[in-house]
Amino acid sequence: MSNNFLRRVDLIFDQDCNLKDILKSTYQRNNDEIINELLESGLKGRGGAGFPTALKWKFTSEQPEPDKYVVCNADEGEPGTFKDREILFKVPLKVFGGMAICAKVINAKEGFLYLRGEYRFLLPELEKQLDSFHATLKEVGSDFKIRIIMGSGAYICGEESALFESMEGDRGEPRNKPPYPTVSGFRKKPTVINNVETLVYSFMIFRYGARKFKELGTADSRGSKVFSISGDTPKPGIYELELGMTVEQFVDELGDGDTKAVQVGGASGFCVPRKKFKDTIIGFEGVPTGGSMMLFNSSRSMYNVLKNYLEFFEEESCGQCTPCRVGCQQLKLGIEAVKKGERHTAYLEQLQKLAQTMKITAKCGLGQSVANSFFSIVENFKEEMIY
Amino acid sequence: MAKKINLIIDGIPVTVDEGTTILQAAKQLNIHIPTLCYHDDLCIAGNCRVCVVEMKGARTLPASCAMPVAEGMEVMTNTIKVRTARKHIIDLLLSEHNAKCTTCYKNGNCELQNLASEYKISEPMFIDLVPHKNYQMDAYSPSIIKDDSKCIRCQRCVRTCEELQHVSALGVAYKGEKMKISTFFENPMFEVVCTNCGQCVNRCPTGALIERNYLDEVWDAIYNPDKHVVVQTAPAVRVALGEDLGLAPGEIVTGKMVSALRRLGFDSVLDTDFTADLTIMEEGFELLGRLKKALVDKDTSVKLPMATSCSPGWIKFIEHTYPEYLDNLSTCKSPQQMFGALVKTYYAKKRNIDPAKIVSVSIMPCTAKKFEADRPEMRSSGYKDVDYVLTTRELAIMIKQAGIEFNALSESHCDSIMGDSTGAAVIFGATGGVMEAALRTAYEVVTGREVPFDGLNITPVRGMDGVREASVKIENTVPEWKFLEGAVLKTVVAHGLTNAKKVMDAVKSGKGDWHFIEIMACPGGCIGGGGQPIPTNAEIRQKRAEAIYREDAGMKIRKSHENPEVVAIYKEFLHEPNGHKSHELLHTHYKERQRY
Repeated sequence: MSNNFLRRVDLIFDQDCNLKDILKSTYQRNNDEIINELLESGLKGRGGAGFPTALKWKFTSEQPEPDKYVVCNADEGEPGTFKDREILFKVPLKVFGGMAICAKVINAKEGFLYLRGEYRFLLPELEKQLDSFHATLKEVGSDFKIRIIMGSGAYICGEESALFESMEGDRGEPRNKPPYPTVSGFRKKPTVINNVETLVYSFMIFRYGARKFKELGTADSRGSKVFSISGDTPKPGIYELELGMTVEQFVDELGDGDTKAVQVGGASGFCVPRKKFKDTIIGFEGVPTGGSMMLFNSSRSMYNVLKNYLEFFEEESCGQCTPCRVGCQQLKLGIEAVKKGERHTAYLEQLQKLAQTMKITAKCGLGQSVANSFFSIVENFKEEMIY
Repeated sequence: MAKKINLIIDGIPVTVDEGTTILQAAKQLNIHIPTLCYHDDLCIAGNCRVCVVEMKGARTLPASCAMPVAEGMEVMTNTIKVRTARKHIIDLLLSEHNAKCTTCYKNGNCELQNLASEYKISEPMFIDLVPHKNYQMDAYSPSIIKDDSKCIRCQRCVRTCEELQHVSALGVAYKGEKMKISTFFENPMFEVVCTNCGQCVNRCPTGALIERNYLDEVWDAIYNPDKHVVVQTAPAVRVALGEDLGLAPGEIVTGKMVSALRRLGFDSVLDTDFTADLTIMEEGFELLGRLKKALVDKDTSVKLPMATSCSPGWIKFIEHTYPEYLDNLSTCKSPQQMFGALVKTYYAKKRNIDPAKIVSVSIMPCTAKKFEADRPEMRSSGYKDVDYVLTTRELAIMIKQAGIEFNALSESHCDSIMGDSTGAAVIFGATGGVMEAALRTAYEVVTGREVPFDGLNITPVRGMDGVREASVKIENTVPEWKFLEGAVLKTVVAHGLTNAKKVMDAVKSGKGDWHFIEIMACPGGCIGGGGQPIPTNAEIRQKRAEAIYREDAGMKIRKSHENPEVVAIYKEFLHEPNGHKSHELLHTHYKERQRY
């Protein structure tokens, strides 16, 4: 992009959308066509991991099992992200629409929306919307049903396999993979699990066509994305922006003029320091994000930021695997010990090696991604860790 | 036939069945990958991550225990990346583990200690987390001590309790740094549904779950000249004790064990086998009595099927889980408790010893026996019938402490009285053994002939299948038991409480129309008991069971009713099975316990 401004987009929040028409026209298409259109759009999962959405749908549709499920992951728990809440508040029918199209493709009769425990206030309205949605579905000739299941407040339940465990009434602990959800998900049946935003975009792709979506963004990061902006900014809130911008462009418009670092992707994401703003693209070619963008100005101690993240992980680890359960405690106690002078500064390198081990040996994404913020903060703000 | 998968591990090509894990495939190549949370008897957890390996093309190091093989996979088990990661993981585990190894009960038999030694962990790399936690030891149970400060959260105990025993007394509580293995509302083990079976103790890789030991108490009794210390040894001990004293699984050490017990200083070395035979008499006649009441007297209050009551883990399980079937239990006490009651009555009288001076010790393959001995029901001699229960493991410790070179010992026989054994008593140690022993006697009582099985070996009730059914047709009865003519006695055997549940659910639903049920709480029966040498797995249990049947086959007397001391005790003291004296000393009733 040549200009220096963020490109605002309005693909998903407009209220002027005829749900029934879109469902009707999409239901008339065959499944291969639908998958190909989605593939063509280049849509990648908006939860953060960025797996091509069309492939998830395709793999699940190929499973011979008679029982399959669509699950909407609305357990939005990443620190600094609140975009799914906004989507569910403003355009829930589009989320349900995305689920219904997916259900047609994979041949699922039931869908579930796993709602973050803290979002219980959304439940009455969502239930109401769901009733009207089911009525619309009936009119287009589908008896697909969606149920809402409440989470109970554990961050780990946003991890897809832990989410299934939670849905099944068990302790929210990630499973061993493989098998992946496309083969063995909810109730051990083939399952498509997509983030709220992913489902909305899927739905909108069938409204506007893959081309319109694909025109936006870059080769690796197609389309637009909803960002949750917080921290030291005069303009916090939800923004739908075209992908492909640099952190510098982002800070120029949303920073407070004194931004020293941006945490992209929440506690499990990466910290970009001022000197790297210019060369860092927000997207899969640079730093990916599930939507959380936290800005820190020079009044902030990055030591405190990191400590806060580590306290978060230490508490939110499910506790089953060694690298994550013990590693998080060690990282937190470690930086405290260095700060207090109880351990030599060289211990930070020891801890970085530990973080590297966590990145490659933890059982799930939670433990694996602790290293992201740890590395990027310790490397870029080493003095703040020590003095 | 399973699809074949070709892969390469450490440069060596190997072909295995589809569905095999990397860990299993490596084992086929004699490549050892260290593990902690993995256990042969349990489902795959993939928690500890000690078994990670490098896989070509993968960003992360997968846990080899949980990763199925795939065509063309290339695995490296010994690279710098793997080594660094494993060392880190062992170091992390040590940092949350109370590593006071020298004062730990499991010192020398700890899988974490072994790993630390293998990887030569010298200086602790990370900060000791133990002082940051508020650990409290649960030492209230007479059977099991739980020390969370030594727990490494591998969840073997949780899986054992759930998968093998269907008890789930232990579960995971809290998350993150507070995550721990706990009980319902964090109550002490003593107050929850725990059956004291000790299967968790058998599988705990560290010292977080251990038996409560009574070594000092027993030594004190032995050293006390005013006390007459008698010891009884359960059938399953003699085929497993050797494992803790340097022998291979499946060695029979009966004679050496008796010699060792004498050398330890016990005043009288006796045999639980004697009361095992007595149990057969009491329980066998109880069963026949119930059948008579049901078939001849048409007494509808008679509870059938009748279930065995030898296994204290099973007793506590039924008290909690199926209290409505408590009357189906045989009223017989377990052989241990029959023995205890007789030692302080019959034995005391015959040997002319003041029962107050007798200390009765039993060596059991079991941790639940410790709880059983403490039950208020178990004081019919007027004293605590069994004072101390030691596990097979504790006996091995005593033998080592006494400086006895076990393998150099000569063999000797138990003392008399209450020291005689039969093949029928010995097989109590294996699942199906009580059933087989009971059938050998009951069939003969009813028909006057030996059971119609080759060499008295009732093979249908043997083996390691979780639930085994067998039926015996009764023909040509003696006049007294004529009402059983032509009847088919239906029996079922189950071991491990998960299988016990299957049987009880079948009884409950009316699908199980058996007359007699044998249930042992532990996998494999007592040979796989919670007090047996660690480690345990199917192969080891199989070897112990084979030894049990070898011992039986080699005995001169193989039927309980032919045990001369049993014949004598009925003549001199008890007069008849299920008689007045028996009911006073050898029978009891149990009460319902709440699940929560």
